[in-house]
Amino acid sequence: MHRLIAPLLLVILVLAGWGARADGIDDAYDALSASALTISPASFDSVRHGVEQLAVSGDPRAAVVIGALHDGMLYANDDHALFVQQPDGTYVDARTGAAAPDVTDDDVKAVRVNNAVRGAIDGALGILQLFSPDSPVRLEAASAVFTSHDPAALPALDKALAKETDPAVKRRIEQARAAALLSAPDASQADRLAAVATLRDRGDQDSRSLLSALAGQTGPVADAASAAVVSIDRVLQIWSIAESVYYGISLGSVLLLAAAGLAITFGVMGVINMAHGEMVMIGAYVTFVVQQLMHAYLPSLYGISLLIAVPMAFLVSGLIGVAVERSLIRWLYGRPLETLLATWGLSLVLQQVVRSLFGANNRDVDTPGWMSGAYQLGGLTLTWNRMYIILFAFLVVAALMAALRYTPLGLRMRAVTQNRRMAAAMGIRTPWIDALTFGLGSGVAGIAGVALSQIDNVSPNLGQGYIIDSFMVVVFGGVGNLWGTTLGALTLGIVNKFLEPIAGAVLAKIVVLVLLILFVQRNPRGMFPLKGRAVEA
Amino acid sequence: MSLDEPIISRRGLGRLGVAAATIAAVGAVKAATSPAEAQTSGGTIKVGILHSLSGTMAISETTLKDVMLMLIEQQNKKGGLLGKKLEAVVVDPASNWPLFAEKARQLLSVDKVAAVFGCWTSVSRKSVLPVFEELNGILFYPVQYEGQECSRNVFYTGAAPNQQAIPAVDYLMKESKVKRWVLAGTDYVYPRTTNQILEAYLKLKGVAQEDIMINYTPFGQSDWQNIVSSIKKFGSAGKKTAVVSTINGDANVPFYKELGNQGIKATDIPVVAFSVGEEELAGVDTKPLLGHLAAWNYFESVDTKENKAFIKDWKAFTKNPKRTTNDPMEAHYIGFNMWVKGVEKAGTTDPDAVIDALIGVSVPNLSGGYSALMSNHHITKPVLIGEIQADGQFNIVSETPGLVVAQEWSPYVEDTKDLIGDWRAPLKCGAFNVKTGTCTAGKKA
Repeated sequence: MHRLIAPLLLVILVLAGWGARADGIDDAYDALSASALTISPASFDSVRHGVEQLAVSGDPRAAVVIGALHDGMLYANDDHALFVQQPDGTYVDARTGAAAPDVTDDDVKAVRVNNAVRGAIDGALGILQLFSPDSPVRLEAASAVFTSHDPAALPALDKALAKETDPAVKRRIEQARAAALLSAPDASQADRLAAVATLRDRGDQDSRSLLSALAGQTGPVADAASAAVVSIDRVLQIWSIAESVYYGISLGSVLLLAAAGLAITFGVMGVINMAHGEMVMIGAYVTFVVQQLMHAYLPSLYGISLLIAVPMAFLVSGLIGVAVERSLIRWLYGRPLETLLATWGLSLVLQQVVRSLFGANNRDVDTPGWMSGAYQLGGLTLTWNRMYIILFAFLVVAALMAALRYTPLGLRMRAVTQNRRMAAAMGIRTPWIDALTFGLGSGVAGIAGVALSQIDNVSPNLGQGYIIDSFMVVVFGGVGNLWGTTLGALTLGIVNKFLEPIAGAVLAKIVVLVLLILFVQRNPRGMFPLKGRAVEA
Repeated sequence: MSLDEPIISRRGLGRLGVAAATIAAVGAVKAATSPAEAQTSGGTIKVGILHSLSGTMAISETTLKDVMLMLIEQQNKKGGLLGKKLEAVVVDPASNWPLFAEKARQLLSVDKVAAVFGCWTSVSRKSVLPVFEELNGILFYPVQYEGQECSRNVFYTGAAPNQQAIPAVDYLMKESKVKRWVLAGTDYVYPRTTNQILEAYLKLKGVAQEDIMINYTPFGQSDWQNIVSSIKKFGSAGKKTAVVSTINGDANVPFYKELGNQGIKATDIPVVAFSVGEEELAGVDTKPLLGHLAAWNYFESVDTKENKAFIKDWKAFTKNPKRTTNDPMEAHYIGFNMWVKGVEKAGTTDPDAVIDALIGVSVPNLSGGYSALMSNHHITKPVLIGEIQADGQFNIVSETPGLVVAQEWSPYVEDTKDLIGDWRAPLKCGAFNVKTGTCTAGKKA
């Protein structure tokens, strides 16, 4: 009984729809199903047109259907009928919202989207959400319409502009309207000139892109647009210097993190530890394990898993460091070449151990929401993950300096490195201090691994990429000097980032290395050499 | 152990540090791990597997070793080959290019394998090439590469540039109306040659010099901030812009992350990659990658009977329901079946007979058609373009209507535009200049 009624109802509804509404909506729905059945450029075009038509049709189901398409929940059967899959796996008819209990997964195929369709969906959802009661949603929506700059959105934008009260949203809608006007050739010249002015005031790269699209045309609008491009370029030029400095500091902070531990093991103790990078890598894997465990047992605290990984990484890498010092390095004091080879071998062993335990593939460490995305400061895009890493690097170095200066362990470390015999005579167990110092350096490397897991691949090879840079930073800054390491890292970072646009990434690295070698030739003790009798010992 | 004696002056430490860094940079002095697992036994045909199981390339190559073991096991279940069982000889060249040549020599002269399946990077292939030519071995090379090579002893089952790069560029030009191009790659032979070909091709299609930006980065680049920012700037010239990426494996994830963080979406500036497949996406947060493209000849999401069976076998063989399949695996699947057919056709594993018998062999591929081995030792393939989905699989958005024949020598590069490779009698030449009528290289009597 039921089986019979449903299709009948559908037919009636469809027929009713036919009569009552404009043909546009039927065409739109029909067009939407195209890419479920055949994959061809034409079918994607059809879906894109369907989305664009539906967005401005005023159909009450438009937002739901386009939203479903956005989430990959829109399906079609062989007869071009569209269904929306519900979270529980059942289907409802896309046009009416009525349940469609007869439809099973085998009857329908997902409507596929490509980038062109995805762009149209973003624009369409933007138009539909311009009237949302939440101002953040409206702001998002206006930005989406700005990106799609579809002239078809103009009526909706005008309506939204008239109703809008929030000044920030209002400005964004005006900009979206300006962008749409520029793409509408039949708009009046006055409107288009005003649009150029609006975009010039916005002054970012997106505006520049829209304005320079008018290049090649003639007339007052095009002239105004090219003048606006010139003025935007002038402003962006200044921002790009600030940008290079910021990128340099950001690279420097990463170098600093990687080198801070080495500044202890190599700088203070004089151990050439080629396995330093592997301590960083282990820290990154600890982050991965902590995230997995918290995902399984403490999902409510998952958001702060990185904060918990920091002490864990310090402990694990630090303990491994102590074990390495006690079992390997302490037999090699005084023999730098053997230390170099032994720790190099150790680094290969550690890599292969990790590869055997976790596999050769990269491991996925999630970036928490508060670390994704970017903050727009004028013409500067400051990505959150980099900003947190800059902050974190300086915190780590500050903590390390404080530990060396103010804790009893730090006092003993300094005593042992400055005058081992005297320290021993005062009752300090120097072998244990050596082990703990090495553990501290390794632990700091582990902490660096937590940060690096956010910007690099968590793979057994992670550490190799940083060992060279770390040695460079420590040698450049002055062996045994944390201030030197900090300034060395920042200098190398900024020099690298200023060279990169000129020379290219590959050449920039080589130039930096050559400059460093020349510098070390002249100043073998780096930028900030330690002074005093201990140095010459 | 006391530290009373001065170890080394601080002056010297600085120098030593530089020395240590240099050693790490030069690096890669790694010992080979496993010796060949071969014993001489009478009634078997030996198949060499030359893939890195340790070192940087282990991430990609271990899978190919596994798929070869599976294919050999399946063939043995079917009764082996020429009435004999197949025996895999696995060696580990440890991502060390000179070691590839040593291991290849060992496989051919000590283990006397009938054929070798192996290599991933072009530099490893270039390293073993003289060994195979000297000892007259057979190598099946399963990875997409830059072309410009045609050896009698190598069968290239991966894509040549016209089977991957050029169709991808065509797709973007036609479907996304891309007018400005960023060619971004890692600094080594494959990206450089591919970009050289692409640049010539784009210019031929009327793209102006100022609309092409070429950028190279070192291996393992992790700081993409100002490169992404300059791509963004390049893309704000009012013309649709796309990135053609030949960035190598590991550097891709930070690159896409940076794109995502700086707010560049695939709908704004799409990136089409030639080295990013399912295997690379496993263990990666795919949120920032959504909608970016890859061009391959096979995707795990290909909806055919053959592919479903292959995936099922693979998951059962590895006992891991999460293992993915990828394009080079399909290339090995095709290559192995071609070799089996070639040996059956020749009736022997003698390299000269098999090399001749292989030309013209045609076997099913996993995307629902047949791939044939052409006289240039390359195979015919369909070209698929997929967009990355949230689950790390590819949504296929374009497929060439027919199979594409490989152009081993690029017609878009001045030096090679007149060359062809043809290993059939009477030509038997890897680089025959059709203008002058002479064989410029790789002549074999």
